[in-house]
Formats: sequence, structure tokens, C-alpha cells
Amino acid sequence: MKPAIQINGIHKSFGSLQALNGVDLTIAQGEFFALLGPNGAGKSTLISILAGLIKPSAGDISVMGFDVVNQYQQARQLLGVVPQELVFDPFFNVREMLRFQAGYFGRGPENDAWVDEILEGLGLADKAHVNMRKLSGGMKRRALIAQALAHKPPVIVLDEPTAGVDVELRQLMWGFIKKLNYEGHTIVLTTHYLEEAETLCSRVGMMKQGEIVALDSTANLLNKFAGKQLRLTLGNVDLPTNIHSLLRSQENGVYTFALNDMAQIELVLSSLRTAEIKVIDMQLNEADLEDVFMSLVGMSSGSRS
Amino acid sequence: MINNSNLIPNSFRGPWTLLKKELLRFWRVAFQTVAAPVITALLYLLIFSHALESHVHVYDGVPYTSFLVPGLIMMSVLQNAFANSSSSLIQSKVMGNLVFVLLTPLTHLQFFIAFLFAAIIRGLVVGLGIYLVAMWFVDIHVTNFWMVFAFALLGSALLGTFGIIAGIWADRFDQMAAFQNFIIMPLSFLSGVFYSIHSLPPFWQKLSQLNPFFYMIDGFRYGFFGKGDVSPLISLSIVGASFLVLAMITLKMLKSGYKLRA
Repeated sequence: MKPAIQINGIHKSFGSLQALNGVDLTIAQGEFFALLGPNGAGKSTLISILAGLIKPSAGDISVMGFDVVNQYQQARQLLGVVPQELVFDPFFNVREMLRFQAGYFGRGPENDAWVDEILEGLGLADKAHVNMRKLSGGMKRRALIAQALAHKPPVIVLDEPTAGVDVELRQLMWGFIKKLNYEGHTIVLTTHYLEEAETLCSRVGMMKQGEIVALDSTANLLNKFAGKQLRLTLGNVDLPTNIHSLLRSQENGVYTFALNDMAQIELVLSSLRTAEIKVIDMQLNEADLEDVFMSLVGMSSGSRS
Repeated sequence: MINNSNLIPNSFRGPWTLLKKELLRFWRVAFQTVAAPVITALLYLLIFSHALESHVHVYDGVPYTSFLVPGLIMMSVLQNAFANSSSSLIQSKVMGNLVFVLLTPLTHLQFFIAFLFAAIIRGLVVGLGIYLVAMWFVDIHVTNFWMVFAFALLGSALLGTFGIIAGIWADRFDQMAAFQNFIIMPLSFLSGVFYSIHSLPPFWQKLSQLNPFFYMIDGFRYGFFGKGDVSPLISLSIVGASFLVLAMITLKMLKSGYKLRA
């Protein structure tokens, strides 16, 4: 089975700015994949190249085996992209826009049942005949997602779909997207909301300065990079040097240690005991993607600068 | 592959949908895109014919008001064909919704054809509107329908194509306004809409012959009166060649993704 998305050695520079610096990534069919990274990491540039909106300086991308430059018609037919900007066409209503969008992809009246399903699934059914201009921001966002789905693409890319979207819509939207994923559609999303990626996605890629700095299943990333966090309230003390490497942060006498395995708790505690430092309070926390993200982004920016 | 529901082959449905959207876009605001230019042309007709009817001599046996009508029709056809493709593109670019078309499998040729035909149809609808209203006031007959049709078609195609170039090139509304005010308006007013270039001093006659609008107006007018300032076949060749050159430039721009795909 061809991968849903295959990215090989993608470079992109805008003048002297190197936006993408050799990105390789394979996303299998049926995956729910998250692409994370701070602003300017190159996520949107990568998606724009995938969508054919930007041309790569080097490298190639294919969608279900079709090159997005040389076989762009087949590639785009299989791809639905939700743009990040909240754009709309002020001349038409929601249903007209969806019909046009499906029509551009060669789909006609036989597609109307699917359009109804999208309208229903995204809570737009009662707005179908409302002009795009008159929709609220949240409704415009739903319409934008609906437009990307209008031709029923097997590969769906959502670029920051939940930026500025309220909780109710997020739940509705993810419910519908999860259903599509369950039915076999490949979903790729970029997001700033790490908890979203953590609960929805089976695999995560993290980008930093135009490169992928981590790529693994969500579970592995959580285990490998962050493990657990030990927060000790010690007061103002001099830490033994042998546990400095585990220290993540320190604030007002509260020291946070990042632990890769549970045996390190004993190491920290015994070192403190030897140094005759008294533990006032102790907490052990599960790490989340935010910790992974911070440790990776912090780590690589430290090694670069 | 034929779709049974309405017999439009699927490979045509993409460009057909884009054309339909472009047609609806101007038809939804027909008051502004069709009625307004018809009114403007009729105002020109009323004022200029009143002021100049007894002062200006053009062709023997052709009253000035009758002479004026084909020029005004053609000027409106050209201006509206340009306005249709250029304003649609600049609006979609500024609003950002052009991305909906750029994400589709439509080829650059299909994109061009859809915008071109929408511009032609807008131009022809406006031209027909002016003709239908003017024929109530002015004694005017088409003597060579095919000549009228050929110039209206090629002229609106030429300006529709030029509008696509302007729409792709311009990034802001003021740049588009500059196109309108510094290129389209002077070329259309100095093309012999309101006079026969034979009435001009030799230098201005020569200069007028460098203006492609002159050939479109003159050839179109030939279809009404059977006479013009130059041979209609020369005009047709110049207009046709200009269209082909602009169409090739436009297709090259679209294929390269100039200003549309970074």
C-alpha cells in the first residue's frame, strides 16, 4: 500500500531565509498524525508545498504515490487541505460553496448526499443557505473545513484548525474528523494545542527551524523524552552536583527533575539524604507532550545558538 | 467518463464549475455589473449626440448619433470584459479565497478558459444591453452580423485576457485602479469612439494607429455601416494576433504560478 504522504528531502528557501531544511517524513494511509512546532518552524510551508501552493527548492512530495508537482492533478484530487487563514467567498452561501468546491474536482449532483453529510456532521445544516459573509467566525471555520472535505478526499490536512475556536465546536469537529479517520481517511493536523495532539493522534512529528526534530508514536515520545517529572520543595539549598543533569527547572525553592525511569527517584533522594537536604514536599507527575515539546525545542535551540 | 445526470463529462465539470461560479459572481450583482455600464453608455450617447450632432461630420450619410452607438457599445464591451476578470482575481487574491481554486486539480489552461469565457460573456451581455436600449432612440442597423460578432468576441477575449494579467500582477486595489485609469481609460477614449481618426491631424492619426482599441472599435463599427477608417480584415488580424500574444503570456504566467504560487 502506497503511503498517504511521502516527503523526501524537502528544502525551501525564501531569499536568504531557509524555511525548510531537508524534511523527510512518511505518513501511512489511515494514520491520525500531528505535526507540531513553534511559529516559524516551517509547518505551514511544508503543508503549502504538499498542497501545491508553494514550490519546493529541492526534494519531492507525493500523495498516495502521485508527485505533487509532476502529477498535481491526481495528487490534489486525493488531498483536502483546510487553510489556516479564515478565508471565504462573500458572493455565495454555504451549500453553493460546497457544490462549487466539489465541482472543481469533477464531482456533480451525485455528490450532494455527501455535502449533506458534511453539513450535518459539522453542525452547518441550518446555515446551508446563509451567505458566507453573514456567518460568525466559528461558523466560517466550520465552512472552511467543510470545503476541504467537499470532494471526499482520502487524505485530509488541517492546518491549525482549532485556532480561536470554542470548546463546543472543537469537540464537534474532532468527533466528525475522528469518524472520518475511523472510516479510513488519513488525517494530518498541525496544532498549537498539544493536548489535542496527545488525545487524537497516534503519531507525532515535531518541527523546529525547518527540520523534524522528533518523530515517533505519541506513547513512545512521552516515554522516551519526558518520562516523569519529580517536583521537590527543598528551600534554598545547594544541590549535590551528581543530580544537576536531571534538573529541569528551579523556582522559589521548588526543584523539578526530569526522570527517564523510576530508578532515578532513588538516586535523587539518596543524593539529597547524603547532602543532608530535607525534602519539604514531593510530587510525581506524568509528563505530557508539552514537556516533550519543551525539552526538544529547548534542547535543539540550545545546541544551535 | 460521462455522468448520466446531466451529460457533462467529468473532465469538463471542473472548468465548467469555475465558469459557472464566475458568471454567477457578476450576475448576482448585475445592477452594478450590467445595468450600471448600460446607463453610463446611454448618458454618453445622450450628452454627446446632443452637443455634437450638428457640429461633427463623420461618414457621408451617417448621422453622428448613429456613428456614436457602435463605438460606445464596443468601448463598454471592452471595459467590462477587462473589469470582470481583473476585479474577480484581485478580490479573490485580497480576500484570500483564490486558494479554493488553487487547491483543485484544475489546470492552468482550464483556469484561463473559465476566466476568459466569463469575461467574454459579461462583455457581450453589457454590449447587447446597450444595443437593445439604444435601438429605441437611434436609427441603427447591423449590416454585417459576423463582423460585429467577430470583433465583439475577439475584443472581449483580448480585454478579458488583459484583465487576467492585471489581476495576477496587481497585489492591491490601488494598483488595479492604476491599470484602469492609466491604461484602459486613455486607450478606450483615444480609440475613435467619439470621432473618426480621419478628422485628426496626421501625427495623431499615426499615433491612434498604434492603439489596439482603435482597430476593435473601427472593425466593430464596420459591421454596422460597411465602412471604417481601415480595412476590417487588417483590424481583425491585428486584434486576433494581439489576443494570441496576450493569451500566450497569460498561460505562461499561470503555468509558472507567477504571483499565485510562491
